[in-house]
Order: sequence, then structure tokens, then C-alpha cells
Amino acid sequence: MPLLEITLLLPLGGSVLLAFVGHRPAGGWINVGIGALTFVTSLAMALNVFANGPQLTSGKLFYIDAFNVYLVALTAWVGLTTAIFSRSYMRHEVERGRLTDRRMRLYHAMYQGFLFAMLLALSTNNLGVLWVAMEAATLTTVLLVSLYRTPESIEAAWKYFILCGVGIAQALFGTVLLYFAAEHKLGAGRDDTLLWTVLHDAAGSLDPTVLSLAFVFLLVGYGTKVGLVPLHAWLPDAHSEGPTPMSAVLSGLLLNVALYALVRVKMLVDASLQTHLAGYLMMGFGLVSFMVAGLFLHRQHDIKRMFSYSSIEHMGLMTYAFGLGGPLATFGALLHMTVHSLTKSAIFVTVGHAAQLAGTQRIDRIRGLIRTQPAIGWGLLLGTVAIAGFPPFGVFTSEFLLLTATMKSWPWLAVPLLVGFGVAFAGLFRHLQPMVFGEPPPGQSAVRANMLPVMLHLLLVLWLGLSIPGFLARWFAQATVLISGASPL
Amino acid sequence: MDHQLAAWLLAAAQTLLFVGAAPLLAGWIKRVKCHMQNRAAPSLWQPYRDLAKLMRKDLVIASNASWLFRATPYFVFGAMLLAAAAVPLVAVDLPTGAIADVIVLVAFFALARFFTALAGLDIGTAFGGMGASREMTIAALAEPAMLMAVFTLSMTAHSTNLSTAIDVLLEAGLVLRPSFLFALLALAMVAVTETGRIPVDNPATHLELTMIHEAMILEYSGRHLALIEWGSQIKLMIYAVLIANIFWPWGIAREFTAEALALGTLVVATKLAFLAVVLVVWETVLAKMRIFRVPEFLGFAFLLALLGMLTHVVLETGG
Amino acid sequence: MTVLSELSLYNQAIILFASLVLFTSFIMLAQARMVPMIFAFAWQGMLLAVVTALVAYVSGHHHLYISVALTLALKVFLIPWLLYRLAVRLNIHLEAEALKHPSLLLLGGAGLVIFSYYVALPIVHLSGLATRNTIAVSIAVVLIGMLLMIARKKAVAQVVGFMSIENGLFFSAVVSTYGMPLIVELGVAFDVLVAAILFGVFFFHMRESFDTLDVDRLNRLSEVHESLLTDDSGSPPEGH
Repeated sequence: MPLLEITLLLPLGGSVLLAFVGHRPAGGWINVGIGALTFVTSLAMALNVFANGPQLTSGKLFYIDAFNVYLVALTAWVGLTTAIFSRSYMRHEVERGRLTDRRMRLYHAMYQGFLFAMLLALSTNNLGVLWVAMEAATLTTVLLVSLYRTPESIEAAWKYFILCGVGIAQALFGTVLLYFAAEHKLGAGRDDTLLWTVLHDAAGSLDPTVLSLAFVFLLVGYGTKVGLVPLHAWLPDAHSEGPTPMSAVLSGLLLNVALYALVRVKMLVDASLQTHLAGYLMMGFGLVSFMVAGLFLHRQHDIKRMFSYSSIEHMGLMTYAFGLGGPLATFGALLHMTVHSLTKSAIFVTVGHAAQLAGTQRIDRIRGLIRTQPAIGWGLLLGTVAIAGFPPFGVFTSEFLLLTATMKSWPWLAVPLLVGFGVAFAGLFRHLQPMVFGEPPPGQSAVRANMLPVMLHLLLVLWLGLSIPGFLARWFAQATVLISGASPL
Repeated sequence: MDHQLAAWLLAAAQTLLFVGAAPLLAGWIKRVKCHMQNRAAPSLWQPYRDLAKLMRKDLVIASNASWLFRATPYFVFGAMLLAAAAVPLVAVDLPTGAIADVIVLVAFFALARFFTALAGLDIGTAFGGMGASREMTIAALAEPAMLMAVFTLSMTAHSTNLSTAIDVLLEAGLVLRPSFLFALLALAMVAVTETGRIPVDNPATHLELTMIHEAMILEYSGRHLALIEWGSQIKLMIYAVLIANIFWPWGIAREFTAEALALGTLVVATKLAFLAVVLVVWETVLAKMRIFRVPEFLGFAFLLALLGMLTHVVLETGG
Repeated sequence: MTVLSELSLYNQAIILFASLVLFTSFIMLAQARMVPMIFAFAWQGMLLAVVTALVAYVSGHHHLYISVALTLALKVFLIPWLLYRLAVRLNIHLEAEALKHPSLLLLGGAGLVIFSYYVALPIVHLSGLATRNTIAVSIAVVLIGMLLMIARKKAVAQVVGFMSIENGLFFSAVVSTYGMPLIVELGVAFDVLVAAILFGVFFFHMRESFDTLDVDRLNRLSEVHESLLTDDSGSPPEGH
């Protein structure tokens, strides 16, 4: 499947290229161009898989099915739109003297390197390589978090590095345990025992005790990257201190990929255990993250920090939904993954512009956006409305689906869910209202802003809210069948 | 009946050998040390001469000393004598093997220490009290480490009896046991502490600020001092024999033939001579540590012993 | 589980060296001075390489020799050397960290060993390998590395802890499955190398910004202090 190789090689080659020319004015454009090419090839690949079913490359190193190909396309898409935003945003930062040429080269190279790591993690068939790619994603982003070299950003990057490093080490141990269980069953000396396809075929006969132990380690490991409470401490720091395009892709993509890894493993464990242990664990962690992050929204003073807590909240909800299992919840979770990525990256883009406008990220100093620059004000307002789960946006649809699925199997859990929605809504809007409608401080003037990605994303989310297009629904349905074994439609 | 008698005689002879050879070991250590530090070495028999000289000298006893002060040297020497009788030196399965229990051994040491500390307090000098308090503090930390190390060993041998344990180990042949490695290190550290060697205490000085053991016996003279000195030489030898015969039991006599006994004597002498060299190297390389660091040192010994026990459970058993 | 005395001498040696790997973990845990700590880490890598080589020899899995070479190059020479160089250049090689409760820390480590023993029991019962008893030790090395990172406040110490976690993971792969597939091992080694270099970069940044490598001082971003922050140093400067 040459499409896949091209999809992977594009960002890798781009990373190398941009390491040399990333500081030139054309660097931003090259970044966008590579993003666009990657998106085109990934889309072609997605359509191919959609038409012809799952595909395995000849070396069995890559495996593409409906579940990951849709995430590949989503990743490439958000990567592209964020690159568009990043071009003007980062140029502005250079003009303000916050960044040097060297750091711009680093930034662009790592941006593409990060996308490469994400795409590799999504498309690989080898659980070990998945781990390596996840770790590589941390490594590529850690220097981006500290790009501004302020004490805060260095602290944030250090925490990010250490916590994610230690967390993901647990996941490697879990992977070793999986390998152990597979070798025990399939015999030693084979070199394909860590392939997901092989493991999935043999999952029913793997030792349940070892697999449940492995799952605990994997949950802690990848859960750290998902940002599940209480392993979330790195997330708000890393999101708030890095450059805004980084926050957008971290929140919109990295968390998704970590959750993807978790769901893949859950599929194995479920087949082996024949119980809902993995599901219950994920539901518990997810629900706690959902509730706690909602509460933390209230006491934030930094706008990017606030929205990163909102990310934790939504990742918690998705984790909960995947844990709930069943076709409806899985479908809802997949949809939520999509709409959250789109909405959250749009919000971070807007927030980046708002922070440039106000000259600060402190919520109490960002005032009157809608009067100074209506595009940013409306963007922030609509984005927040969308992420809070208002109809007619797509987040409402997916949250409604999740609520319905909860009502079916765990009716009393609907109560905390509803309370959580309310708390998060209140938390977001008490800060949002003065920022958008308040009195603008004197001397505040508009900045050059590229709202195209925001509008694109919000329109997509709106479209998904009004009606899910047929091909997308069938696509999600295919992925749902893969994950939960039954079709929701 | 004859056999029994012979065995008892042998046990008595072994004890005598033990007690008699202890000053020799001390002399050997001193000699090797002098060589290593490029000093003129005293004769190998110097400790015997010292003891003999002290025996001949008059006693000088503080006027306020009670009977405890006078009795202590005999208690100390007696305890050491009994302990020496219990430890298999040349042969195992002797009748004294019945009391050759490690816990008994620890108790004998504790008894001797108890009386020494009391005697140090008895005469009421500042040094005596200071030495006693230090000695008891250190002992309180050393004893758990020692017991832990011993328990690690006895878990492999399924017995705290030295004679039985050595038998079991000889049966098993050469097995690389991590627990023994840790126990050996722990026991060596405890031995260094208990016998008052560097880096915990320095037997060669009488420096007020640092001395521990010497401070308690500062008031002793004449034959009392000789007995106490001899007692500590025996104690050093007991530890050395313990380490030598538990961790390298090969060569010890298991039947009471002349050849086996001669071989056993030769082997144990070689082992002790070698251990003495190790001790000398250790004392030459290390500096004496501050007394406040001693708890750390012993904490480390305890940790080693604990690790020995853990590795025994985790790595060695077929549970 | 296997009784030690029934194993061949080579396997006994594997277990002996495995226990020494655990011992180096404890040394690192209690070692307050930086340079000896780095050396202890190098020793751990060395012992690990010895264990791996023995396993490769006994089991006939020759691809493990590549892992041995990787371990030797990375964990015994390159990373300790890097850390040592950094420590000297940042002038912290003579520093010692004031450990609050060293004995509690060590006892905690011992507790973790017991915990790992219980965690490993189901795996050990399943395994047919001669090295299976050491699985618990490898878990303990991982957990003690974590304890080290939690308890120590110096950045260098945290990095050593991080790397020793990696050691433990590699160890667990060697003794439970005779190593991971080669592509994974190479990938992990690459990640570790990059991480080590990044850590080095960070030391300089931290020194520049905080004038210290005490992680304790990284406290600007906690939720508690957030509300007390009055300056705006974390956000873009005013004016365009």
C-alpha cells in the first residue's frame, strides 16, 4: 500500500527539510503544503480502506482498518488546519521577538516530526512500535512546550517530560506482559507475536490473569497521555505554556492517539477475559476525570489552562464511553472524538489570537473581544458553545448518544453525567462571558488573524450536528463493529 | 561410650584451640597491617606477650568500684569462652553442636556487652558512661541486622543451628545464592561494628571523642584488662570463623579421623589468614567515620540483610 | 517456581547478577551524592548487560547479543558519560542532596520488592523459563526507579531514576520473554538516547531560568499558587 508509506514519509521528510529551512518565510508555507499533501494521501487511503476493507502491508508492519484510518484522516486534517493557523501565528511571534530563527527551525521540524509520530502510532500493527511512536511523540513535543524558554514553560516541559516518560514506561511494561502472554500461547521464537493482528486472532486463548495485569499497566501508561485524573498533572501545564498551535495539536490529536492505543488494548483484553474488567476500569477513570476536570474549570485564571481542563473532561467522557462498550456508546465515542478534536483545535486557534490581541493569557485581562475584533469574539463564543455541548453542534449529538447509551445500561450513571455537563458548562461560561462581552481595555486593537481554520472546523462540527453524512456514518459504523462487535445502525 | 568421650574430648580440644589461637589471629592482623602500611611489624606472638604481661601486673581498682566492676571481666571472658565452644571451628557434629545455635551466640555476645556497659557505668567516670551509652546505641542497631542476616542463612538451611546448617550447605554443594552474598556483606559489616574495628571504632587509639569500646574499659588494669582483651580477641575470631565456615564450609571435618581433623585445621587456618588480609585491606582503605554516621552504616547492613531475605524468597525458593 | 539449587550454574549466575541489579537500584535510592549515583547507574547497566549476555548464551537467543551491545553502548558508557559531563559542566558534581528519611526510603524500596513479588506471581507461575524468578526483580527495579523519582529533588537524580526505570523494563523483557522483537528494542533504544540528550538540554535551560537544578523550585504552575500569581511572566509581553 504505497499510499500509507507516502503518508508517513511526507511528514518525516518534511521534518528533515524544515530543520534546515524552517526559519525562512517560506517555512510556514512548506509546513502547510506538507500538511495538505499528507491530508490528501490520507484521505485517499481512507477511501481505499472504506471501499476495500482492512489492509495489511506486506511486511505486516502496518495495519489499516476503519478504526485507525479515520483517525489518520482526522489527524492529517487537524494537522493541516493547524499548520495554516500556525503560519501567521508564528510569524507574528517572530515579529514580536519571542522566537529566534533557530527556534523556528526547531518548531517546524518538530511539528512535522510530531505528526509523523502520531501517524506512525496510528497505523502500525506492532504494539511495540506503537509504544515507541507514542514516546517519540512526547519527545518531539517536549522541546516545543519550552519553546519560549520562560521559567514557566521550562517547568511545564519538565513536568510533561517526566510524568509522561514515567507514565508511558508503565505502558511498555504492559506491552512486555502482552508479549509474554502471546509467547506463552503461540510459542517462542516467532517474530510476529507482538503484531496486533496476530494478538487479536489469538486473544481468546491468552491467559486472562496476565492480560488483566497488562491492562492495568497499559491503562496507567497510556492513561497518563490521555490525561486521565489523577495522572493529568502535566496536561494543563504543557497546554498552557507551549505555543498555541502546539496546544491545538496536543489537545486535538495526541490525546486521541493515546486513547486509540488504550482502546486497541482493551479489545484484546476483552476477548481474553470475557468479563468487563477493562471496561469498568475505563469507565471509572473516565468518569472521575470528567467530574474532576469539570470542577477545576471553575478556578482557572489562564485561558489556555482552562481549555486544557476542558480537554481532560472530554477525554474522560470518551474513555468512559469506550469503557461502557456496546455499539451505541462506541459510536458515540468515535463521533465525540471527531467533534472534540475539531472543536478543541478551533478553540485553541481562537484562543491564540485572543491572547495575542490582549497581550496576555490571563482570563481577567482578556476583555471585550467581540468589540475589538468580532471575528475572534464570535469564534471564541461559538467554539465554547459548541464544546459545552449545545445543539445544533456535533458535540451535542455525541453527548446525547452517550447519555442514551448510559440510560440503557447504567441508568443511575446518567445523573453524574448530567451534573458533570452542567458543572462544566457553568465553569466555561462564567469565564467566557466577560472575555467576549466585557469592556475592552483602552488601546486594545485588532490583530492579523486567520480565522479560516476556525470557521472550517466549526462548520464541520455544525454539519455533524445537523446531520451525519451517510458515508461518515457508515464509516463510524464499520469502526464500531470492529471495536464492539455489533453495528449501531 | 568411648565414642562419646572422644567426641567430648575433641570438643574441649577445639575450644581450647579456639581460645588459644585468638591472640594469634590478632597478632597476624596487626602484622599484616603493619606490612601493608610500611611499618616495622611486631612479632606474631606479641599479643601473647601483652596478655602475659598484663596477667602479671598488679590490679589498680577505683575506690568506688563495686563487685560488678570486679566480676565483669570474668563474665565477659566466660561468655566468650562458651560462645567459642559453640562455634564449629575444625569439625562439625561435635556434642557442643547442640548449643551451637546462632541465637544463643547472639545472646552470649549481648550478655558480655551488658556487663561491660554496666562496668563502664559502675565507676562513674565520664568516659565510662559515654562509652556505655555509645556501645548500647550501636548494639541496638547492630543486633537486628545480625539476626536478619542469620535468619536469611537459616532459611536456606532450615535451622538456626550452626552445625546443622553447615552440614546442609555441604550436602548442597556449590550453589550461587544471592541471599548468601547479601547476608555475607551484612554479617561482615556487623562483625566490623561489633568487634570495634574501622570504620566504626578504632581499636588502636584512645582518642576521647571517638572511642567506644575502649572508653568503657579505660579503668581496667592487670589481669582484668587481660581477660577483657582476650575476650575481644576471641570475639573477633568467632566472627571470622562464622563467616569463613558458613560461606565457605568446604574442608571442615565431618568425621573424627586424624586426617580429616588435620585437614580441617589447616583449611580453617588458611581461611582465617585470608579473611584477616581482607579485613586489613578494608581498614587501610577506609577512614573512621563520624559516630553519627554509624547508624547509617548499620542501617545499610540491615538493608543488605533484608535484601538477602527478600532475594531468598523471591529468587531461590520453589514456593 | 524454580528451586535455585536445581538450576545449572549459568542460570544460578543469572539469578545472582539479577539480584545485584536490584542492589544497584537500592544504592541509587540512598546515594545522596551525584557522581556516585551516576556510577551506580552505569554499574546497573553493566550488570544488566552481563545478565543479558548470560541469558543469550544459555538460551541460544543470539539476537540478544545486539541488546547487550546496545545496553553497553548506551547505558554503561554514553548516558553515564553524558550525565557526568553535564554534572561537571554545571558544577553540581560535588553536590549532595539532603535526603529527608533515607532509611524510610530504603524500607519503602524493600516494600516495593515484596509488592512486585506478588504482582509477578501469576506471570511466574505461567512461565517456563529458567529466568522466571527474576521477573519480580525486574518489576521491583521499575518501581524503585519510580520511588527514586518521587523522592529525589535534584534533576540529575530524577534523570537517573528515569533511566533506571528503562533499565528495569529492558530487564523484564529479557527475563520474561528473552527480549522484545528487534525493531522494538531498537526503537526503545533510540527513544532513550533522544531522551538523554533532551534531558541534557533541559539542565541548561533550568540552570538558566531557575539558577538551580532543584526540581522543588519548579512550583510556579501548581493549582495552589496559580491564584497568587500576580506577574505576567508566563504570558506574552505587553505591546506589539
